[in-house]
Formats: sequence, C-alpha cells, structure tokens
Amino acid sequence: MSLSDLFSRKRKDEADTADGGKTDSPVHPTKALGRFLSSLAGKSQPLLLDLGPVVGTNVTFFGEELGCKILVENVFKDVDRHISEGKLDELPAFLSRRFPQDDASVDGILCWDIFDYLDKASAQALAGQLVRILAADGALFAQFSTAQPTATAPSTYTRYVVVDKQSLQYRPYAAARRKQVALPNRDIQRMFEPLRITEQFLLKNNLREVLFRKPSAAASAPDHRAAD
Amino acid sequence: MWKRDEAVKPTGPATPAGPAAPAQQTQANVPAQPDSRRQQMMERDVVNIGKSVVIKGELNGSEDLTVEGHVEGKIELRDHVLTIGPNGKIKAQVFAKAVIVLGEVNGNVTATEKVDIRDGGSVDGDIVSPRVAIAEGAHFRGSVDMQRKGGQPQAQQSRPSQGQQQAQPQASSVPVQPAAAH
Repeated sequence: MSLSDLFSRKRKDEADTADGGKTDSPVHPTKALGRFLSSLAGKSQPLLLDLGPVVGTNVTFFGEELGCKILVENVFKDVDRHISEGKLDELPAFLSRRFPQDDASVDGILCWDIFDYLDKASAQALAGQLVRILAADGALFAQFSTAQPTATAPSTYTRYVVVDKQSLQYRPYAAARRKQVALPNRDIQRMFEPLRITEQFLLKNNLREVLFRKPSAAASAPDHRAAD
Repeated sequence: MWKRDEAVKPTGPATPAGPAAPAQQTQANVPAQPDSRRQQMMERDVVNIGKSVVIKGELNGSEDLTVEGHVEGKIELRDHVLTIGPNGKIKAQVFAKAVIVLGEVNGNVTATEKVDIRDGGSVDGDIVSPRVAIAEGAHFRGSVDMQRKGGQPQAQQSRPSQGQQQAQPQASSVPVQPAAAH
C-alpha cells in the first residue's frame, strides 16, 4: 500500500467522521423543544437526562445551549433487551428501579417517544420514576403518537437529531418492538401527575409534543389531580 | 495514525517494555524516516505507548501522548493531547487538554479543551469538557458535563446521579447504532 493510499484513506475516514453519518432522513419542525430549552435557560448548569440513544450532535447542542450536564440513559435499549431475553413482563419492575437519581435531582428530561413503545404498566412505572427525579420547576419533553399503530407498521425506533431549536431530524433504526397503543390525552395527563402540561402541540406528522413542568409545590401536594 | 507501528518497531536489541521505552524507540527511529515525516514527528512531539506495554500507576507528561497499550491508574497531560489508539485500553482517570478516543476508556475523562470519541471508540465514564464530540459508531455510557465559557467546572460537584450510576443493577450501555446520527 502506497503512502498516498494511506493518506486518502485517512482523509476519507476524517470526512466520514465529520459528516457524522449524514443521511437523507426527513427533518420535521418541533414546537416544544424551543420551549423546553427556554424553560431551562435560567438554570445554572442544569442536569439533563436523555432517555434516547446517544447522539453526539445532540450532546453538543444541549451542552452548548444550556451549559448543562447530560446523562444518557437509553431506555429503548432496555426495552429491546427485555424482549430479546423474553422478560418483557419484568419491564415495569425494572423501570421502577431503573433510575438511581435522588428525588428532585434532574432539571430536564428528554423522553422523546419512548412511551409509544411501552405497555401501560411499564409506561406508568417509568412516568412515576421520572416524576420522582424531576426537580421543582423542571421540564419534561415527550412525544406521543396520535395515530393507532397498524399491524404492518415496521418495528423501528426513531433517533431524533436536533438540527436547531425548531427542527428535528428523524432517523429510524431497527427495533424489537412496534409502537403500542396511542395514548389519549387523559391517560397522558394522569400518568404524569402531578406534573402540569404547559405546552402541547399537535404536529402534521401525527405526533403530539408535550412539555410538562413540575410545579414548585408539587412535592408537597402529590394528590392534586388536574381536570381533564 | 498511519503506520504507527513503524514508529514503535524496535531497531536494536529488544528492550524491556516500560513507559520510557516507547519514547526512546520513537526517537531512535526518527533518522530512518523521510525528512517530511521526521519533521512532522518532531513538530508534534508525540510519544507512543506501544501495544505490548502495560502501565499500572500514575502517568504524567508534558508532551502529546498516544496510547496503544494498557494503562491502569491515572493519566495526566494537563497541557497536551492524549490519543487512545484503536488498540489502547485505559482503565484510569484521565486529565488532559484534549482527549481523542479510538480505543477503550473505562474511567472519568476531564479535558480542558475537547473530548472526541471517534468511530469505534468507547468510553464508560463521565466526561467533563467544554467541547465533546461523539461520532457515529462510538460507544458511550455516562454523563457529559460541558461548562459554558466562564462557568465553573463541575467535576468535583457531586450530583447524586454519578456515584449511583455505576451501582445500578442492570444499567445498559448505549452504543450508537451504525445507522445512527452523529
């Protein structure tokens, strides 16, 4: 192999890395993400929890926007592992002890669309944990499908890549599970009590973006139930 | 990166593996390199720790370092670049100006400028750095702490999540999928 071959290979490797695996995946607008960022902007070095897969550009984006500390806990991978091990019935119990963080220790949570892939018991267990670890005045960003999944729908998760505050690139990748039943508003609201829905946007692609906030008094008033 | 093995190939009698040996070998090889290569190496002033080298303990330095071997303990290159080569395996706390990871790192990484986890690189630990790049195909599990310019470092701040994260029962790793975004 000649020296020029080695140089060209190195250049190609560098180009691939710099490109970051750019694909033709579609870019969709997001309405709630900007509000999510705004809600955390006033906090000094907030702690952010990302439930999706690691996306390098997202880490950079949130780090630069918020100067935050980011924890990446890929719950999608947990779901896949439970399916591959045939232990799906243990998923709710697993999720209820999945997060070792202290109560009210996380300032922001990015759920993406994880709840679309969970059964009711698992979703409730996960939501309960997220409510527990979210700090007062903290924000939680989640997306919910409004369309009922069909039996022929492909089993894919979506990696959401932040393009900017107003847009996300959707990059599907193989999953072990299809989307489950689309949750109605009432169930979503009850699942996350006592968080309050401060923003809700129905996008043209049938995704509902929801921004939850934890009221300051939530910890002392856990039984408050919002009206539908 | 290319032809790195040549830089650490012994030219004389075998010398015992150790932290200082690769540096000597690198210097010994310089005259055999083409002029441009030699000049480049001198400018970069990079020391290699070869594949067969195992270091246990504290590693300090005042020049750029490439690790292809195994290091356990602590690496401190406050003003220089640390590169963990594809064959490098680090089980240590790392402090450097910039850290480039192509191999495996198990431990917390603190950089004053940048941490760059390249395709195939793996980090299990917490990262503290103003700039962090995680490439497609990289593996990362832990937290990332990027301070704003002028902000106070959080490395010593004990948010409860960090210590406990290692203790969680079935915490999963989070490899970036091949088709994933960067």
